[in-house]
Amino acid sequence: MIGFPILSLITFLPVLGMILILFIPKEQPKTVKYLSLAITGIQVVLAIILLANYNYGMAGIYEEKSFQFIEKFRWINITGISWLGTVKIDYFLGLDGLSMPMVLLTAIISFIACISSWTITKSVKGFFALFLLLDTGMMGVFVALDFFLFYVFWELMLLPMYFLIGIWGGPRKEYAAIKFFIYTLFGSVFILLVMIGLYFSTTETLADGSKVLTFNLLAMMNKSNATPDGILSLLNPNNYRFIAYIALFVGFAIKIPMFPFHTWLPDAHVEAPTPISVILAGVLLKMGTYGILRINYPIFPEVTIQLMWWIGLFGMINIIYGALVALAQKDFKKLIAYSSVSHMGYVLLGMASLTTTGVNGAIFQMFNHGTITAMLFLIVGVVYDRAHTRGLYDFGGLATQLPIYTGFVTVAFFAAIGLPSMSGFVSEALVFVGAFGVETTRTIAMISTLGILLGAGYMLWTLQRVFFGPLNEKWATMTDLDKRELAMFIPLTVIIFYLGINPSAMLNIMNTSVNTLVSFVVNGI
Amino acid sequence: MSESLLINLSVAILFLPLLGFITVVILGKRFPKLYLLEVGIVSIAFILSLVVMFAKLAYFPKDIIAEFTWITMGSAPFAGSFNIDLGIKIDNITVMMLFVVNLISMLVHLFSIEYMHGDKRYTRYFSYLGLFTFSMLGIVLTHNILMMYIFWELVGVSSYLLIGFWYEKKSASDAGKKAFIVNRIGDIGMFLGILILWTNYKTFTFDAIYSQMAAGVMPFGSSAWLTAAGILIFMGAVGKSAQFPLHVWLPDAMEGPTPVSALIHAATMVAAGVYLVTRIFVMLTADAMLVIAVVGAFTSLVAATIALTQNDIKKVLAYSTVSQLGYMVMSLGVGAYAFAFFHLVTHAFFKACMFLGSGSVIHAMHHEQDIRNMGGLKKKMPITYYTFLISTLAISGIPLTSGFLSKDGILAGTLAFGKLTGHWLIPIMAFTVAGMTAFYMFRLVLLTFHGEPRDHHKYDHAHESPKLMVAPLVILAGLSIFIWYTPNPIGADAGWVLSSWIKTPAQVVPYNTRYEFMRPSTEEQKAEVHGEITHSVEYTETMHWAHYKAMFASLAVAGLGILIAMLFYLWKKVDVDKMIEGKIMNTLYRGSLKKWKIDELYDATAVNGTLQTGNGLSWFDQKIVDGAVNGSAWLTRFTSKLSGLFDTYVVDGMVNFTALFSGFVGLSFRKLQTGKVQTYIVFVVFGVIILLLLFKPF
Repeated sequence: MIGFPILSLITFLPVLGMILILFIPKEQPKTVKYLSLAITGIQVVLAIILLANYNYGMAGIYEEKSFQFIEKFRWINITGISWLGTVKIDYFLGLDGLSMPMVLLTAIISFIACISSWTITKSVKGFFALFLLLDTGMMGVFVALDFFLFYVFWELMLLPMYFLIGIWGGPRKEYAAIKFFIYTLFGSVFILLVMIGLYFSTTETLADGSKVLTFNLLAMMNKSNATPDGILSLLNPNNYRFIAYIALFVGFAIKIPMFPFHTWLPDAHVEAPTPISVILAGVLLKMGTYGILRINYPIFPEVTIQLMWWIGLFGMINIIYGALVALAQKDFKKLIAYSSVSHMGYVLLGMASLTTTGVNGAIFQMFNHGTITAMLFLIVGVVYDRAHTRGLYDFGGLATQLPIYTGFVTVAFFAAIGLPSMSGFVSEALVFVGAFGVETTRTIAMISTLGILLGAGYMLWTLQRVFFGPLNEKWATMTDLDKRELAMFIPLTVIIFYLGINPSAMLNIMNTSVNTLVSFVVNGI
Repeated sequence: MSESLLINLSVAILFLPLLGFITVVILGKRFPKLYLLEVGIVSIAFILSLVVMFAKLAYFPKDIIAEFTWITMGSAPFAGSFNIDLGIKIDNITVMMLFVVNLISMLVHLFSIEYMHGDKRYTRYFSYLGLFTFSMLGIVLTHNILMMYIFWELVGVSSYLLIGFWYEKKSASDAGKKAFIVNRIGDIGMFLGILILWTNYKTFTFDAIYSQMAAGVMPFGSSAWLTAAGILIFMGAVGKSAQFPLHVWLPDAMEGPTPVSALIHAATMVAAGVYLVTRIFVMLTADAMLVIAVVGAFTSLVAATIALTQNDIKKVLAYSTVSQLGYMVMSLGVGAYAFAFFHLVTHAFFKACMFLGSGSVIHAMHHEQDIRNMGGLKKKMPITYYTFLISTLAISGIPLTSGFLSKDGILAGTLAFGKLTGHWLIPIMAFTVAGMTAFYMFRLVLLTFHGEPRDHHKYDHAHESPKLMVAPLVILAGLSIFIWYTPNPIGADAGWVLSSWIKTPAQVVPYNTRYEFMRPSTEEQKAEVHGEITHSVEYTETMHWAHYKAMFASLAVAGLGILIAMLFYLWKKVDVDKMIEGKIMNTLYRGSLKKWKIDELYDATAVNGTLQTGNGLSWFDQKIVDGAVNGSAWLTRFTSKLSGLFDTYVVDGMVNFTALFSGFVGLSFRKLQTGKVQTYIVFVVFGVIILLLLFKPF
């Protein structure tokens, strides 16, 4: 084990950076950028240290002692309020096979997004300060094991996002920012309600034998801690757990985004500056599915089993609906945004199967979608920086003018199509293997395979419209990728191929935890 | 030679072209000469595959398997624990395919050096060829169906890249896209078939699946699912081998450079579908086989009818390829496994020869592809002509050629099938196609090489192609002669290819789901010392019965086809233009020329339907789903405005009203405060009187 609180460090390092940035004079934007780059770079190093020290055999999920890199101490301690009893909230961080891939992803995507932010010119200080705050929020969501803390991070990430879209965004940035903010906040309210409900219905026995109410997620997973007539049961004594599940699910589903809660996404993406789109698609969307796996699944296992088919159904709708709508888009970025909706559907489908294969595939797909879609948004960013337009019909023949760029585009597009040898294939295949293997989701999986076809359709059509054909003379002076842009594309390409050829590198990290999660949900152990 | 050496050599053959691809694609811009590396690598791979083939055939009667675990996942409910293995299997079929693929790949590389000379993406072209070769070899070598699918998709991508190589042309990028998407339709079926197998057998490895099937484990407990799995996996072959109704991509794929058409769209990749069916042959039930036979027969007929009237030299060859692939598929469907694979090999050589020959012609005619503008090239390009003629004889099934041997076997197979099962329509279609093939191929030869030149300008500039281009033609034409396969020019059964190299594997499906002629009795199985036996004695006898009948019939229809072609185009005894003026003939002619409008039908229904659905859903998304979001936002704002108004005018109004009212009251009563004692006394007195009157205390 590591001798210092590494999870706190990786989480709060960006905040430290943010404070430092506030002291850097406005006239030195370069310093701000390099400092941010250094911070996100150290984060990557820390994530690699975590991975190097990660014990593949420990499961986590519901058992505190099999979590890794645990940090736990009393954070808030209010005694003596008679009707509330004692309020004790822990600062509780830990890592297992569910969160390790996400921490890696967050570190990598933040670093790449930081490189991508180099082109920001408008109030650089503010941008990077908010960017780093956002980074902390995301990282915190993935390492927190206390519901209260989780919620704090969850909300923490909203605020910088709002400003990053609203100030540095495109023409309709105010609309998009407010829509994003309110929509997500709307979901957060549900999460908050369930959280409070769960708090008042869960009693944890402390080491000294005293019983207290708790926000500890692991304590909530233990059914013997639940107060059957707790506050949640006031909802409806017969099926309050079902209602709570749905409320929580909706809160997370908005973030995924799951149909029909997805319409904030295209607007947010289209208006957000490139690095923020990268973060949004690369990391933020995963928080929704992560939340469901981390909180919904183990706390309400019986409801999860009851709703398998429905989760799968919504996954299928996401896959096919997202792909069909993407097919109709004329804006490059909007097309990629809808492809995200489609690809997140595979995550839902895999989760719905409640098999090791399917859930492994789902988490792997979360990671892969993070890297692949990040690359796709960077691709849009490159062409938008140069042409200041994103209309799919405004281009044509770029392959001749920008051969290296087109090479990376081809890689990313085929990765998104799910071409074998690239990471997306393995995760999608596992999702299908898992979902097809269970009778509940078999038909859904069969219909969802249409998504593979439609995905090829819109991606190849885009490739043709933008990159093939005779060169549009308007862009005859467009330049190919520079070194900075190569620095964003090469690492992502390497990851995509590496995990496509050696998927075990990632699957082994999560396998033990996924097994435990699945058997915990299905068998209750 | 040891087994492990053979395995290492095979792995080297597989990865060498990939190495070439990566090197050339990364460094090709800086070092344009690197294409020579790619050519060298493929040549080495060819030599190695020659070694592997002879070593395997001579010294290793058993199949060799090498595998490793790719993904491991622990145990969990529903699924149990499992591994996903990848690996290679070296059997006779594999090594023969290795040889065919590497040989044609090498020849195409050599041919391309001259043919593609001067292209602005010259090195890039060679790197793509390397990628293709790698992917194709993966399909050939794999021992499990998941890896087959992986390389299947990779082949699809290299085909996409090569068809759309000249992407500046819209027709080229359209064709690439179409090829990929149409193939994906088949692949989805294949993928679902794989899912059925995996769900039930928890392995992707062919042999492991088959041994469980042989032990009687049925998918989801019923043989209907087995039939379904067979047909679904066959869908992959329908896509890749361009079978009806997914054949539409292959003719369009001719937009790619001609050597690519020879390698990918004639000899190797499109044969992968047939190869896949040979791999799953043992798990096909009679129902699945019948579907396959019908699809194959119908495809070969439809494609042959279209080929009759095409005027683009490559389009004729493309439809001929579709037709011949249909033959192979049909052959597998009727149980003539060995002849299907044999035809795959012979067809690969003579069709590659024809495509490269057409490339040679196109090269000489400065990218003229319309045979109506050719003619008389025999004198100008003798080597191209004679090699093309030999291949044409082979595809027409004329004795002394390889095509005669394999085609005859297939026709005999259909005939025997007809006799044994009563499905006579299949042999009828097959013989019709044989006649048509002879006709359209000779039409092509006669219009291109014989007669008077019709475009004198281009004819005058035409010349025989350089040595690097004609050498592959000579080699491939040489391989279209019978002697490489059997010493007996009229029957291949005794030859080494059929008697010892290709072994028909025994089926593993339950007896009652097989064709009757594929149920060898127990005595027959015991009598067979060399392990597997597939067909019953009755089948073997029927094949003997069919052999000479099929041979004479096929010679008759082929001769008839050639004769008609001669009458039409060489001796000009019949005026074709006049013939197609008749109403029925005209309808048929135009139908064939327009390819029966299948593309138009697909565009109008499936393609347009999908796009319109997309547009409709996009509208729905913006107006309804997002409309609901914006609507609720509007509703919230409206409500807040209302409550704002309420707040201003009602709540605050009350407050203000209260103030106003108090003020008003105050104002009114102020007047009473006069400050004079007399007034107050009057008020008091009046007040007392009123009180007294009210309460009447007295």
